[in-house]
Amino acid sequence: MTGHIAALGRATLDTLSSIGRAGLFLVQSIFCLPPREGFHLWLRQMHFVGVMSVAIVLVSGLFIGMVLALQGFTILVSFGADEALGQMVALSLVRELAPVVAALLFAGRAGSALTAEIGLMKATEQLTSMEMIGVDPLRRIVAPRLWAGFVSLPILTVLFGVVGIWGGYLVGVDWLGVYKGSYWSNMQDSVNFVDDVLNGVVKSLVFGLVVTWIAVFQGYDLIPTSEGISRATTRTVVYASLAVLGLDFVLTALMFGDLG
Amino acid sequence: MKRNKFLELGVGIFMLAGILGLVFLGLRVSGLGVGMPNDTFTLSANFANIGGLRPQAKVTMSGVRIGEVTDIQLDPKWFDAKVTMQLDSKYDGKLSNDTTAAILTSGLLGEQYIGLTVGGAPDMLRDGDVIHDTQQALVLEELIQKFVSNMAK
Amino acid sequence: MNDPIMVEVKDLHFSRGNTDVFRGVDLQIPLGKITAIMGPSGTGKTTLLKLIGGQLVPDRGQILIDGQDVHQLPRRSLFTLRRRMGMLFQSGALFSDLDVFENVAFPLRVHTELPNAMIRDIVLMKLQAVGLRGARHLMPSELSGGMARRVALARAVALDPELVLYDEPFAGQDPISMGVLVQLVKKVNQALGLTAVMVSHDIKETLSIADYVYIIADGQVMAHGTPQTLNVNEDAHVKQFVHGEPDGPVPFHYPAPDFFDDILAPAGQFS
Repeated sequence: MTGHIAALGRATLDTLSSIGRAGLFLVQSIFCLPPREGFHLWLRQMHFVGVMSVAIVLVSGLFIGMVLALQGFTILVSFGADEALGQMVALSLVRELAPVVAALLFAGRAGSALTAEIGLMKATEQLTSMEMIGVDPLRRIVAPRLWAGFVSLPILTVLFGVVGIWGGYLVGVDWLGVYKGSYWSNMQDSVNFVDDVLNGVVKSLVFGLVVTWIAVFQGYDLIPTSEGISRATTRTVVYASLAVLGLDFVLTALMFGDLG
Repeated sequence: MKRNKFLELGVGIFMLAGILGLVFLGLRVSGLGVGMPNDTFTLSANFANIGGLRPQAKVTMSGVRIGEVTDIQLDPKWFDAKVTMQLDSKYDGKLSNDTTAAILTSGLLGEQYIGLTVGGAPDMLRDGDVIHDTQQALVLEELIQKFVSNMAK
Repeated sequence: MNDPIMVEVKDLHFSRGNTDVFRGVDLQIPLGKITAIMGPSGTGKTTLLKLIGGQLVPDRGQILIDGQDVHQLPRRSLFTLRRRMGMLFQSGALFSDLDVFENVAFPLRVHTELPNAMIRDIVLMKLQAVGLRGARHLMPSELSGGMARRVALARAVALDPELVLYDEPFAGQDPISMGVLVQLVKKVNQALGLTAVMVSHDIKETLSIADYVYIIADGQVMAHGTPQTLNVNEDAHVKQFVHGEPDGPVPFHYPAPDFFDDILAPAGQFS
């Protein structure tokens, strides 16, 4: 019995110290001077983290927009409110689905890749040799990746939203026969740029920071064996996904909680 | 290095796509561009009940958008709702001073907006004037109550 | 030993988690010679290199490099000291996103403001010394293990350091690569007048080029001396290690009940 309690205590202390390490890690990585050719390093990471996630984001956005229109139409038509399809698709995407789903996809694709890459660098002692040569790996390896993730996810979110709305248009207007004018004009009337679009972008900025932070930290902190790498990669996807969903609730409550 | 050129190009296109996407979301999706013109004049109106009217709701005449609601406050003198709106200044001095303002609902359960209807009076409304003839929002519960009490009779 | 001392380790204590890795280790690494640090697996030899390099901090004790206490140095001075050291890791540890040329050029770019033309010359000279000048545009993933280690050696000596630390340089190599590496290490050492600290458990190769050897076991120095003296050392532990004997103070059999009793016992007695 006491053995279990002690184990629980140890686990709590371990978790707390790991969160503390993660926090210090973030602060040290963000507030450090960029290394020479820092812009180039960032650019490279923008490619690996952002550009290479575009395909999955576009395809998913398209399908989600199309399904939203399909499902939404069947429900709205029973209220005679099918003209509201445009605003339904746009609001769902812009406020919730684009930031959240893009972040989840990002965590799975880019997040796990980041963890694995940094973990492999740790396991093959590249990070150690970098330190021995006198270069701080936080500056050269971690910081560019953090900034790339922070900038990429909002862009991916916007692309997701745009493609989703277009997908909704394809299904709603071209296929199901909603009047083209009302799809767009109802949408324009009800979607507010600052309250809806910008709030969605703010969400994606927060998600970008949190997901990339988790991914990079898990890679940096892991036990440098192949088992350690695979466990850390799984942890990145799980923790990042849960964090996104949890933060989404908090942000939504803050942003949209007192509307209407 | 050739690899770098493609990389830079790719990232540049990526970022540009993001910005364009945001512009699209601004203009086509949220109707940002269809915002207020620079020159506006202000009118106000008091309503017994504003229902679900919110600031930034549109103000229309014959269905055409001519302005938006900028402020809704409780009037301390009359204890009703004072709604301030800004209209495109090309209508300054063109609306008769017996123009009515009604709170209408778009669709059955949609959001509420203000619809103006001109009257026939010779004098015109100017910047800062008050619209006197107003029709409050239809509140569903009051409607149902009226219906039920009519049925009971 | 009468040579001047480049690195001195005094009364080193270090523990990781609950285990004591070093319990009072004293070493003296002579200038300009190859010193090997050997011992059974898991005695923390890589940890020792990291302690010398200033990456890990000892619990007690001092490490002096050329008279300077590594762990008391301010950042700037540590950076300058690192310029005088090179380290070669077991896996080569080449940066996977840079090609061979850029890998070797890396320390030069970090520590000096030399123009590109000079950097190019230096890199090509180092690559020539290890025989891989033609491989300069390959990526680390395209190199064999032995080649990667040679590139890593070129990188470790790019700044013409005074001290080089080798972490298991011969582990897992085929005979030809092994031969190449052994020769390179000796050659580079002589050519540059380096002080080399080599951690290894390849007895034959290491003893063939080392000038002085320390054997560490159980967190302390078990024995030290030149390869010749260790070869004839009568101590049971040293003998077992140096000659690779399967049984001795480090027993062959994991503790178990008597063999005949175990086989002949009725089922379930010893299970």
